[in-house]
Amino acid sequence: MNGALDVALRLLVVFAVFLTFPLIIGQTEHKVMAHMQGRLGPMYAGGFHGWAQLVADGVKFAQKEDVVPTGADRRIFQLAPAVALLPYLLVLLAIPIGPGQGAVGQVVDAGIFFVLAVMGVGVLGSLMAGWASANKFSLLGGLRTAAQLLAYELPMLLAAASVAMAAGTVSLPGIVDAFKWWWVPWQIVGALVFFVAGLAELQRPPFDMPVADSEIIFGAYTEYTGLRFALFLLAEYAGIVVLCGLTTVLFLGGWHGPWGADGLGWLWTLLKAAVLAFVVIWLRVTYPRLREDQLQKLSWTLLVPLSLAQIALTGIVKVVIS
Amino acid sequence: MSLASAALTVAAAAPHGFLSPTGVEITFLLVSVVTLAAALVTVTTRQLVHAALWLVATLGGLAVEYLLLTAEFIAWMQVLIYVGSVVVLLLFGLMLTKAPIGRSPDADSGNRWAALTVAVAAAAALVWVVVDAFRTTWIDLAGAPSGTTKITGASLFQYWVLPFEALSVLLLAALVGAIVLSRKAKGEATTTASTPAVPGTRSEKEGVR
Repeated sequence: MNGALDVALRLLVVFAVFLTFPLIIGQTEHKVMAHMQGRLGPMYAGGFHGWAQLVADGVKFAQKEDVVPTGADRRIFQLAPAVALLPYLLVLLAIPIGPGQGAVGQVVDAGIFFVLAVMGVGVLGSLMAGWASANKFSLLGGLRTAAQLLAYELPMLLAAASVAMAAGTVSLPGIVDAFKWWWVPWQIVGALVFFVAGLAELQRPPFDMPVADSEIIFGAYTEYTGLRFALFLLAEYAGIVVLCGLTTVLFLGGWHGPWGADGLGWLWTLLKAAVLAFVVIWLRVTYPRLREDQLQKLSWTLLVPLSLAQIALTGIVKVVIS
Repeated sequence: MSLASAALTVAAAAPHGFLSPTGVEITFLLVSVVTLAAALVTVTTRQLVHAALWLVATLGGLAVEYLLLTAEFIAWMQVLIYVGSVVVLLLFGLMLTKAPIGRSPDADSGNRWAALTVAVAAAAALVWVVVDAFRTTWIDLAGAPSGTTKITGASLFQYWVLPFEALSVLLLAALVGAIVLSRKAKGEATTTASTPAVPGTRSEKEGVR
């Protein structure tokens, strides 16, 4: 195939995934939350079980006036949603869903580092929004976001480093290629740490202190309206897609399944990621919000030691079996 | 930079010149102009938070330069550590101050000429050392990438392991120092020790930096 055409096609597919998957997760969240709480959720938009509810929401957001507060720092305020959203698009490029070159947007040599580095940049968007809004609630939200990121970046990195040690490579397809089924019990602690720290970086409940509505309205996004607000929401759901995809690729063996990786391997990746996304929603409905000091304590006194222990275990097993 | 340089390939046979530059070299120069401009704005702007955000542009530009030199691992590390952590820490610190929206009239220093002298001297020394050390070293951009994780890791842990370990001892000392300082401050002001978690984490991360 023509080189440029190939690149364009890959970018197009990744962009389509980026636009649809977060919406699918959002709609699933509507429905799953509703049923867990004994409700039906949206039922009218689009006819069949309210499938078009999020499309209708998008249209609503697009119609709303785009307000920038008078006291705000105009340019940074307007730039923040893009900074929050675009890193997830870049990360999606590097996540492989099947074996071979055909099932990944772009093979990155240091894939783990690329993914974690770029995900960390997304938080800058929340910080910019929090500061530029000229609003005390926003500023508090931004502060909490920064504190939360600093606390949870470390265990996430350490957990990912453990897998890289186990696989002997930092390339994402390479890690899945090296995967064996017994890695799941071997790396289970690292997987839990990674998933929990990822949830905290996305500020999903129960780690949604930065947007705690009962205390600081909606944190850094309080002053946002219309499309820019929708972009922040989209960033959250794109973050769920990325986190579930990454956890699948790093810890759950990606396209490996009981009937081999050939042909339908990508289906395994999607299935595992979908189950994880369901868990993300489930946790939101189940657990109350952690207080700020509990949040910090969980990371520094539990997750960091656990991830260090996982690295030690990985090293020991690696030396023993080699 | 020294890490990437260890992985450079010396191609003495092929002639090299500064005329008829390739596309990569032109891109490199353009990006370096943008990076330099962003760095200048960082230190001259009167808006504190803008300075931090221009720093993001500067550090990101540096990461792009590393990428263009095929040092992929170093580039992502640059983004991860500096853009993802250090700048977030800076912004966190700025949010604890007044950091007004708009200009800070007092965001200026009488030391600006001394600072400029030191900066120019440091830059001249660095440029001189780097140019002198790598005058005859060329990266073969067309061949296999010479800055992959594997090559970087091998050179780091074969040739540069002593500086690497010394650096980690230095970081450990900084970490311990930060903890000691924060505990001492807490001991002096026991009445205000009602928020134990957040200050502790801050000082620890500062140590890591």
